[in-house]
Formats: sequence, C-alpha cells, structure tokens
Amino acid sequence: MKTILKVLALIGLSFSFCQAFAALNIFACEPEWGALAQEIAGDKAAVYSATTALQDAHRIEARPSLIARIRSADLLVCSGSELEIGWLPLLLTQSGNSRIQRGMPGYLEASQQVARIEIPQVVARSLGDIHPGGNPHIHTDARNIARVAEVLALRLAQLDPQNAVAYKFRSEAFGARWRAAIERWERAGARLKDVPVVVYHRDFSYFIRWMGMREAGSLEPKPGIPPTPAHLAELVEQMKRAPAKVIVYSPYNDPRAAQFLSERTGIPAVMLPYTVGGNEKAKDLFGLFDETIALFLAVMK
Amino acid sequence: MYRRLLCGMAFAVALSAPLASRAQDTELGKIREELRQLKEVYERRIQALEQRLQQSEAKAGKAEEAALQAAVQASSRPAGENAFNPALSVILNGTLGNLKRDPNAYRINGFVPTMGEVSPPPRGLSLGESELVLSASVDHLFRGALIAAIAPGGGIEVEEGYVQTLGLSSGFTIKAGRFFSGVGYQNAVHAHAWDFTDAPLASKAFLGGQLAEDGIQVKWVAPTELYVDLGLELGRGRKFPGVPDGGRSKNGFGSGTLFTHAGGDLGASTAWQLGISHLRTSPQGRGYNDVDSTGTAVNNSFTGRSRLWGIDGILKWAPNGNATSTNLKLQGEYFRRTESGALTYDTQAASLGTQTGSYRSKQSGWYAQGIYQFMPEWRVGYRHDRLNSGTTGIGLVAPGALTAADFPVLGGHNPRRNSVMLDWSPSEFSRWRLQLARDYSRFGVPDNQVFLQYVMSLGAHSAHKF
Repeated sequence: MKTILKVLALIGLSFSFCQAFAALNIFACEPEWGALAQEIAGDKAAVYSATTALQDAHRIEARPSLIARIRSADLLVCSGSELEIGWLPLLLTQSGNSRIQRGMPGYLEASQQVARIEIPQVVARSLGDIHPGGNPHIHTDARNIARVAEVLALRLAQLDPQNAVAYKFRSEAFGARWRAAIERWERAGARLKDVPVVVYHRDFSYFIRWMGMREAGSLEPKPGIPPTPAHLAELVEQMKRAPAKVIVYSPYNDPRAAQFLSERTGIPAVMLPYTVGGNEKAKDLFGLFDETIALFLAVMK
Repeated sequence: MYRRLLCGMAFAVALSAPLASRAQDTELGKIREELRQLKEVYERRIQALEQRLQQSEAKAGKAEEAALQAAVQASSRPAGENAFNPALSVILNGTLGNLKRDPNAYRINGFVPTMGEVSPPPRGLSLGESELVLSASVDHLFRGALIAAIAPGGGIEVEEGYVQTLGLSSGFTIKAGRFFSGVGYQNAVHAHAWDFTDAPLASKAFLGGQLAEDGIQVKWVAPTELYVDLGLELGRGRKFPGVPDGGRSKNGFGSGTLFTHAGGDLGASTAWQLGISHLRTSPQGRGYNDVDSTGTAVNNSFTGRSRLWGIDGILKWAPNGNATSTNLKLQGEYFRRTESGALTYDTQAASLGTQTGSYRSKQSGWYAQGIYQFMPEWRVGYRHDRLNSGTTGIGLVAPGALTAADFPVLGGHNPRRNSVMLDWSPSEFSRWRLQLARDYSRFGVPDNQVFLQYVMSLGAHSAHKF
C-alpha cells in the first residue's frame, strides 16, 4: 500500500512540474468568458470553455472531461450567482486543485463584479429555479463585459506577473475597441427603446434593460420551468390585447414553444445567439452584439 | 475654449477704454501696461477656472465610480453554497408497494446473505428513509459533510460523515470518515439519485446494498486531458463483505479498496467513463441465518478472505450535450467475487451441533440499464440484473457429515430480474416514479413487484456526480 502511495505521489509531482512550464490554463464556465479571456490573455493562456452556446449552463453534467480540465486550471472564470450550482461545486471538490477554489485568486465570479438585477425579494423554490443572488446572465449588457474585462486583466497580472505588461496592454486595447463598439451599439439600438419583447427564459434581462426595451412576458411560466400549454394559451391571449414586437429565445432552448406563440400571434420569433458561438456570425464578443442588435433591428422594419 | 472667450472679452474691454484723441507715447505705453495687467489677471482667472473644472470633472468621475461600487455591493449577497452555513437539505421519499411475495422473507438464493438492507420496499404505503444532508467548507483547507438517514420507525444512522481536503494540489483529494466506497459505480451514488427504486441485485449480493466504510480515501486525478483517476481506500471493514457488524476490534485496517477510472467525451454529445475496482477484506465470524435440513433456524459464520473485482461503465448522450429535452444514459457493472476460508455451521448449537469446515466460492453478477428522457421531465428506463452463483465448495458437505440441504441459501441458483420504470420530474427537486419488476432472486415462483415512489429534496441545491 505504501509503495503504491509513493508511486502515486511521484507521478503526481512529475506531472505537476511539467504543468509549471505550460501557459496559464483558463477554465471558463461559459463561452462568453472564454472569449473574453482569449481577448485579454491572447497567446499567453490556453483557454477552455466548459460549455457551448447550445448547452444550458444551468444543467450541465459534471463530466469526467470537465474534472480533467479543471484539475489543471490556474484560473476559473464563471458567471456565478448560482448559475452553475448544479455542477461546478462538484467539479471543484473533485479537482484536487487548490488554486481555483472559492476565495482564491484563481476563482473569478463575473457576476460579482457588476450590479445585478432581479434580486428576488422572496426566495422559495415554489417560485421556480430562481437565483437568490440576482440574475446571473450579466454578459448580455456589453457594459458589464467591459467591467469584467478590467477585473480579469488585473487577475491575470496577479497570477502571471511576468506577463503583467502584456495583459495591461491587451486589456487597454480591448477596452478602447469595446468602448467604441458600445457607442456604436447604443446608437444602433436607439430604435429599440420601449420595444416590448417576449423572452423564453430571463437570460436577456440585462440586454433589455441596457437598450431600454420592455419585457412583455416569458415563455417559461416560472424561471427554469419549461413552457406549459396553459401558460402559452395565456400568453396568446395577452399578446392579443397588447402585442409584443418580437419573441426571442436562445440556441439551447427548445424552439417549439416560441414558434407556437409566433404562429398564433403573428409576432416574429427570433433565435438570438445569446453567447459566443450561438450562431455563425457570433464568432467573438463583437460579433455577438453586432448580430444580436442586427437581429432585433431586422424585425423592427 | 474658455481662454479664447475671455481673451475676446479682455480685448473688448480694452477697446472700450477711452482713448485719447491725441495719442501720446506715454499714454500708449500706459494703455499697453494696463492691457498687459488685464491679460495677466484674466489668465490667472482662466487658470483657476480650468483647475476648478478639472477638479469637478475628477469628482464627477469618482462619484460615478462610487455609485457603481455601491450598486455592485447593493446587489451582492453573501455568495456561498447557501446564504447559510452549512448548506442544509432534506430528502423525503415514500413508496406504495405491491409485491406478490413477502419482502420480509426476501433473500437472494445462491449467495451468502449480507444481513444488510437488501429487501425490496415494503408492501403498501410506507415512508422510506429520510435523509438529512449538511455540508460546508470547514475552513480554507477542509470541507465536511454529514448525511444522516432517519429510519421511518425511528433511529438515526450516519450514512456518510466525512471531511475532505480542499487545499491539496496536484490532483490529490483525501477523504476521512464514513463515506460510500468507490468500489463499482452505483455504490457511491445516493439512493435518491438512483434511476430505479432499489439497488441492482449485484450491489445487494456483493456489497450488502450499499457499502459505506469508515476509513480514509486518497484519490488522485491525472493532469491529462483524458480523465484518469486512481484511488485507494483503507477502511475498518465494518459492513459486508467485511464484518462482524461494526468491524473487528483490531488495530490497523480491516478492508482495502483500489479503484481507477478513465473518462472523456466523444464529440459534443457523448461522455463516457470506465472503471475498475477491487475490494479485499478478511471477514472474521461473518454470520448469517439459514434454515437447515431439520427445519431449524441456525446461525452460520464465515472466516477467511474475500476478494471482489468490479468493472463499471457509463455512457451519457444528449444532443449537442444539452440534456434539457432529451438524453440517454447507459450504465452497467460486472462483479466477480472469490471467498475462501472456513464455514462454521450452527454457531449457537441449536440444531445438529457446531461444526467447521472449509469454504470456497467463485461467484459473479452484472446488470445493465438504460434510461431515456424522451421529453422534458419524462424518462423511461429498463434494467436487467443477473447473478451467477458459480461454484461453492462447502467442506462440511463433502465428507457427508452434513448435506447440501443444511445450507439451502447457498444452493446453486442464478437469480435474475427485469425492471422497467417511468418517471416524471417536474423540477430538479422532485421525482415521481412507477416501477415494475419481475424478480427471480428466490427459488421457485418469481416475485412481481410494483412500486410507486416519490423522491423530493428540500433546501440547498445538490450537485450530482457523473
């Protein structure tokens, strides 16, 4: 038994030495944070995104491949606010990696860096799958991404001081491009002000607020509860009285409910990319917002 | 901009100054001097104004920053597994059972009774074990968890109670306390997360339903993209296949387990894991009850060594890895056990007198199951169980002192069972399940079982292992 332990320890040590010479390993829970980390770290880091735009970040299996990746991560970037509560805690306890545990410099919760909205006054499971810390889908407001980028750059510099200058340089360059893009998006999105929109899940709340749009309803009767026929019938009635301009859903949502409502009401249903990789044009963060706003404007004509 | 405006004003003031019609040099000089002074005064003022502007701009920036900070803080709540410490959850479950044969007399013929909780749920309405789960990080180095099972008839049993390292690096995790052993796959899964109402027959026959060991577990995850882990457990041997119940009064260890897993993804839609495990114990006086050829209830006991090998595999599929609408889960395990040592018949001398002889057995069993979620909230599943009682050599039978009829439960039998289930989970926290099974665990007629079950969890959100 003792020899087995010794052998295990030796193998572990030799592997960890090899790891020390590799670039910074970044484990992003969602594609948007993976894309942002790539923008700021450039070639100084290997970025792995645990989920894709086609997956619901609420419901991910704590797969062996994720444990293998998180075990060697130097920095974890996740939305937080309990979005990943069904799988991330398990990955953390199984990782055998102290660097990315809660409270360590290698643990970055993006939603903690910005002002969250929709913080529930009453927290009970009877209200659906609500997040006591507020809505975690903060990246749909581009201004939040700018804020997280700043914190991320500082964190990268802290973890990898040798490349601190590079991170600062890249972060400033990204910041300038991003601010210009925000101005462009805000100008383009000015026409979206006060436009009523029906969502599938409340994952566009920050975008809606940013653009001054109005949420006219959601296909889910309660957060995280799939659409029911009764609730859809109710929405059809509601849309007859006060029609919304557009119904939006994410690539990971079942499109049937949105299409059903669209057919019954004549309101166009649009699949927004939601995050990087959500459609062909949303290849990076800039493309994501260009595409999201373009899709909204297309139905406004 | 201000500067230009003020200069213009100064110029205007200068122009409006009364000029002598007969301009003299001295007067001109005076005017020039006055103009210069005026200019100086205005420049100073301009500078002061600019300074004030800069200051107020900086202040405004600070105010904006402060407002943002305040908003971030206002929207922040204590982040953690729960707003409370530790995270608390309760799991409630209950069944409505309809069984052809009495579950109280349940046994798996051909296999040494484990004296564990292996019987199917009772007939009629019953409350199952309620679980109370408390967990939190202890400090920056450790995490602790307590899972207590409250029996419906009263009494609390510690199902799991362990501390686990958080601070170790290089892929190592150490667990100490009582925990579900890493032998096989399903053994470490809590009953409320099982896909069927009861455990596979192989788990019942080889692990007494579910093996929770008092001990230490060291696990190491390899730094490779392919998931590889290695684990070692040293335990007390407090439960079947160890025992006597509660473990021997002995320094050192009563059981040892080794396990290794490999796993990964096949594209975006499929994830897999394969495992091999080995459990070895040396039971001392592991007793079980039987009825001998005279019809007398006797207690027999085994002393020797027990070796268990297991292979497990799991494959999960979901379109693009999005399990919300549809997904498929295939799971299977194979166990092989060899035991050798001495079997003592009638330890209480209640029937034909206490006798001891050699004992040797080679037995195996497996199950395979598939669960398919065909639409959100609804799943169907099928499981096939099969055990092979293999070869059992009882020394006491060979010389003719006793007959095979004195050890009826050890008589050759290949138990099997087919189970189908349908379950509905309106949320991650509740599940209703209907399960039908035909169980050939016992000699003779099969047992037809129907269970309607609910499993609900209240409180902190639990994360389930792969």
